[in-house]
Amino acid sequence: MLGLAFSLKYRSAARAFRRALSVLAILATAHHASAQDVPLISGGVGFFTGANAGSTTYMPLIEPLLAAPIGHHVLIESRAALLESFAPNGGDQPGYNHTHFMGLTYLQGDYVALRHFTIVGGDYLIPFNTYNERLSPIWIGDFQDGPLIAALGVFSSGSGLGGMLRGNAIARNKYSIDYAWFYSARSGNEQFSAQRGSGGRASLYLPGQRLEMGLSYDRLLQGTHENFYGAHLWWQPRETAFRLRSEFARGHHAQGYWVEADYRTRAFGGLDSAIGRIEPVFRMQQTFRRDTIVSDGLPLVNTQRADFGLDYNLPHNTRIVTSYARQFSSTGKKNVWETGIVYRFLFPAWKGK
Amino acid sequence: MMMSSKYWLPGVLVLALVSAFALAAQQNGAPATGTSKTANAAKRTVPQSDEGQRIFQQHCSRCHTAPDGFSPRISGTVVRHMRVRASLSQHEEEELLRFFNP
Repeated sequence: MLGLAFSLKYRSAARAFRRALSVLAILATAHHASAQDVPLISGGVGFFTGANAGSTTYMPLIEPLLAAPIGHHVLIESRAALLESFAPNGGDQPGYNHTHFMGLTYLQGDYVALRHFTIVGGDYLIPFNTYNERLSPIWIGDFQDGPLIAALGVFSSGSGLGGMLRGNAIARNKYSIDYAWFYSARSGNEQFSAQRGSGGRASLYLPGQRLEMGLSYDRLLQGTHENFYGAHLWWQPRETAFRLRSEFARGHHAQGYWVEADYRTRAFGGLDSAIGRIEPVFRMQQTFRRDTIVSDGLPLVNTQRADFGLDYNLPHNTRIVTSYARQFSSTGKKNVWETGIVYRFLFPAWKGK
Repeated sequence: MMMSSKYWLPGVLVLALVSAFALAAQQNGAPATGTSKTANAAKRTVPQSDEGQRIFQQHCSRCHTAPDGFSPRISGTVVRHMRVRASLSQHEEEELLRFFNP
């Protein structure tokens, strides 16, 4: 019974996914693109392995992204995820168990209406803090795992269905301010599931200091109405390949933060030398429960975790991502080992002259 | 034994800040990230002070490493995608497009 339900769900998801891709393809080909505005296909394909407290998984994964401009003001963009996860059967059982997933991460239309004003419609990534919108693609993230607080403020699915206004409010030489404000309707659709809610984010960027700081807020407007608050601070010192990123998020039942630093050296022949391609990464994170109601995806008890990563940026947009994490909580300590390889692709949707 | 949570945050912040300042001090004079062939090509043909390169370094490499290179036929699409995703201003979009197509 469960297998049949899963099969039907999978077939339905596959149908919706194919339909969405067809619409995108038609939109893309219908437009007579100018020399620089050819639709593009990008994304990442990877193979990840992990050992979490002794449980091993193997996961081939592809995340394609399509961006198709229409005219001078419109962009249709979408990202999807297709993965298969393998894990050894427990006990004395030989062989592997496997599950698969295929779904749209987002599918949105952007209309650049005015200099400081872009209208977004469709199924979009919720602009709460930075991880969901900026760091979640597999070809960008320094770690295979997202942070523990990634589920706070993004309404379970990570995406909203409705509209968003966003843009650059003020752009000066010494500072700039950008904003995003969204409203999401409730949807039970297989591919476009969303919860009713509203919120946004505002960020201040200081180019001189290479410092970005921002605040996020959103409110769930169905079931028990809950507020989520977020703050982020990013720093990339001038003329270095060092990056410091951090986020704090507070939900109705839990809160937490993460701080991540990564670095590449130019001291031994530049970033493209054998040494310069090495990228040590460190992330520290903590979560705190505010009550015992667990509805947010965070650990059930207060948790501390330190991630030590060593990435290697191979030529041709290929990256090896490895890490070891030690996690502490009152329910016990555990080790998490992860290794993966990701190839990023980026090319025009069709051949040209 | 579990480490007390009150020592984690200050410890991490101090470690991160000390490391960052030390690394920043070592890197005087070197250009910022940008390994893309497009970006490197642009570096060879325009002065270091070029507005587009500055925007590229500040807004694109804040999140991700530059791709090894891409077709000029999709440069407009890339820039429009970045305009929405990184909330670039119209001026920044124009300068970035000029940077990709010097």
